[in-house]
Amino acid sequence: MNDLIWLIPAFPLAGFLFLVVFGRRLGEPLAGWLATAAVAGSFAASVATFIALQGETVHERAYTVTLWEWLPVGGFQVDFGFLADPLSITMCLFVTGIATLIHLYSIGYMHGDPKFSKFFLYLNLFVFSMLMLVLGDNMLITFLGWEGVGACSYFLISFWHTDDANASAGKKAFVTNRIGDFGFMVAIFFTFAALGTINYTGIVAASPSLATTTATVIAAMLFLGACGKSAQLPLYVWLPDAMAGPTPVSALIHAATMVTGGVYLLARMNPVIAEAASWVPWMIAIVGALTALFAATIAVAQNDIKKVLAYSTVSQLGFMFLAIGSGAYVAALFHMITHAFFKGLLFLGSGSVIHGMEGEQDMRRMGGLFKKMPITAVTFMVGWLAIAGFPFFAGFFSKDEILLFAFDKSPVLWGIGMVAALLTGFYMTRQVIMVFFGKPRWDRPLEEAVPELHAEREAAGIHPGHGAGPTGEIHPHESPWTMTLPLIVLGPLALLGGWLNSAFWDKGKFLEHWLEPVIEFGEHHLVAPTSEKILLGVGATLMGLIGMAAAWFVYAKNKGEAKDKIELKVLLKGWYYDSSIAAFMGGPGRKGFDAIAWFDKHIIDGAVNGVASVVKVSSDKGRTVQTGYVRNYALGLLVGAILVAFFILTKAVY
Amino acid sequence: MMLAASMGSEPYLILGAILFTMGAVGLLVRRNALVMFMCVELMLNAVNLSFVALSRELDDLGGQIAVFFVLVVAAAEVVVGLGIIVSIFRRRQGATADDLSVLKG
Repeated sequence: MNDLIWLIPAFPLAGFLFLVVFGRRLGEPLAGWLATAAVAGSFAASVATFIALQGETVHERAYTVTLWEWLPVGGFQVDFGFLADPLSITMCLFVTGIATLIHLYSIGYMHGDPKFSKFFLYLNLFVFSMLMLVLGDNMLITFLGWEGVGACSYFLISFWHTDDANASAGKKAFVTNRIGDFGFMVAIFFTFAALGTINYTGIVAASPSLATTTATVIAAMLFLGACGKSAQLPLYVWLPDAMAGPTPVSALIHAATMVTGGVYLLARMNPVIAEAASWVPWMIAIVGALTALFAATIAVAQNDIKKVLAYSTVSQLGFMFLAIGSGAYVAALFHMITHAFFKGLLFLGSGSVIHGMEGEQDMRRMGGLFKKMPITAVTFMVGWLAIAGFPFFAGFFSKDEILLFAFDKSPVLWGIGMVAALLTGFYMTRQVIMVFFGKPRWDRPLEEAVPELHAEREAAGIHPGHGAGPTGEIHPHESPWTMTLPLIVLGPLALLGGWLNSAFWDKGKFLEHWLEPVIEFGEHHLVAPTSEKILLGVGATLMGLIGMAAAWFVYAKNKGEAKDKIELKVLLKGWYYDSSIAAFMGGPGRKGFDAIAWFDKHIIDGAVNGVASVVKVSSDKGRTVQTGYVRNYALGLLVGAILVAFFILTKAVY
Repeated sequence: MMLAASMGSEPYLILGAILFTMGAVGLLVRRNALVMFMCVELMLNAVNLSFVALSRELDDLGGQIAVFFVLVVAAAEVVVGLGIIVSIFRRRQGATADDLSVLKG
């Protein structure tokens, strides 16, 4: 069975190729079903591989399948091969599993879209790229998938590209990711230069011999790459904008693919990080903690249902980086999996709400939707409890574990993480109350129901379309079964996903035992007494509950009267981070770029063009030598012959 | 034979030089393609004469072999050259070489 690992990426690739050729002819909904089947096949292959790996002993659980020689260049040998080990198969399982649900969901969500089949074509390509990223047995194949998800995110974020904002959101994602890609590339170069191989098995075997400086550079560069892909400070800016795409795409990017790539890469390269100077893990932990807090504060003040979730993703990814920096690779991957469950659920739920609200995304226009959309509401609330860390829901286990390790690393980082956890509870509760409870704000025309939003939109000239619903009365309705089924499947996963690695008894740590052979090099082992662990766990849970209670107090009990004190403008605008970059790039930055452009145009191009014009002028003169008269040439020959004869005679060659 | 054998190489070489100069000057001053062609032949044969004379002087058959090569090449050249000249005659009136300067730079 393990020789058939290649089937995992082959299914979505086949689906993609088939849709390229026949997609338009298949049309709706057949193209969607085909794409869903392709990813489902990939999921089945992942499950089969998982079962086969289970049957092996712990240290035999790694298979490399080389399909062909890819780049044999002297000493640089790269094979096109896949590596199936506990880490990559874990990733495959949840990537394909959640992607299947998202595909199914999209059939309902994209109903009636003129580019229906094209959407599924991109989705399949996206999943294929992600699987290449995860399954590649060397850094170059991972990089191939890395770039692939970047390109696909560009296609999908700007899927409705006739809207200017969507098109530039896609560009933003692409360009920001490029900065991270640079880091990853440099890391590949250094790895090859230092170890002579970029195969993961080779890297693991040779990493103890790495010099500290080299390992530090590689780890730092990998971290830069991961920062871009996994949206950490300062490169997070693309992710909140990435919600410009259709909601299933947001779910795919935020939950299953793309952003998890950075976390995966760092976990995969943990032997190198273990060899690096100690400031690299510190930097990872600090950046992670700050991102978690920073994004959580922004999420508190957002009004767009998807923006709250987008900043929440940035914040949760910060938690994962905090875990990696603290040496808690298992906790990071554990949180990544539970996050995939509940964030996928939340995004799909928000899509269902938007679908039911006829395209309206502003939460100020919602409220009281619980009765209108019961399935969406109940499943969404499961996701809410999971992300907020409510006891025994998925996020409870994974977040507490991260905070446990963070406390061991540094109480300050732990403190930041605790505040972020509190804010998580707060903004998610705020969202649930604004969307599903309270008085409906959609049963009257916009002008009457939410005058401030109406005024805002009038001022900005926003008309009904993507993101803005109708101005008249809205009639919310529950979504079709293709959309609710994924919610119903993800609900229990978000509820029970935490038991994958339950901290309550040692045997319950399935994930830790499963991943052990891959991450044993960098994994930090806690030595704290059990009582301390329990205390910290209770503390972290309390923080989440306090946040939830505070939000309930502000938004439900006092009907949002005090909300202006919390939803500060600076938070709504995301600390002006985005607009500062825009202002800088538009002002002083622009002048710098203009200067560079001038230099390029006049100095660089001038040198090149100067050489060309010198040649042109001299050859213009030179061509007059060619008169076209035969006798002139004959004279030239004769003179030449005489000169040669003269030379031979005078120099007396003989 | 006795007379020829007693003679040195100088008269032959001098004659060859005179013929070569005539050919070269003719090539440069005449405009008729046919005459220029004949001048070229004259130069070739002047060189042939020198070859043969020196071959005898140095008692080396290499010179005579070279002459055969020159004769063969000259014959081939005549075929091509005359062909070109004939086709020029057909297209234009006269065969003035200076009219044919379309390859001017």
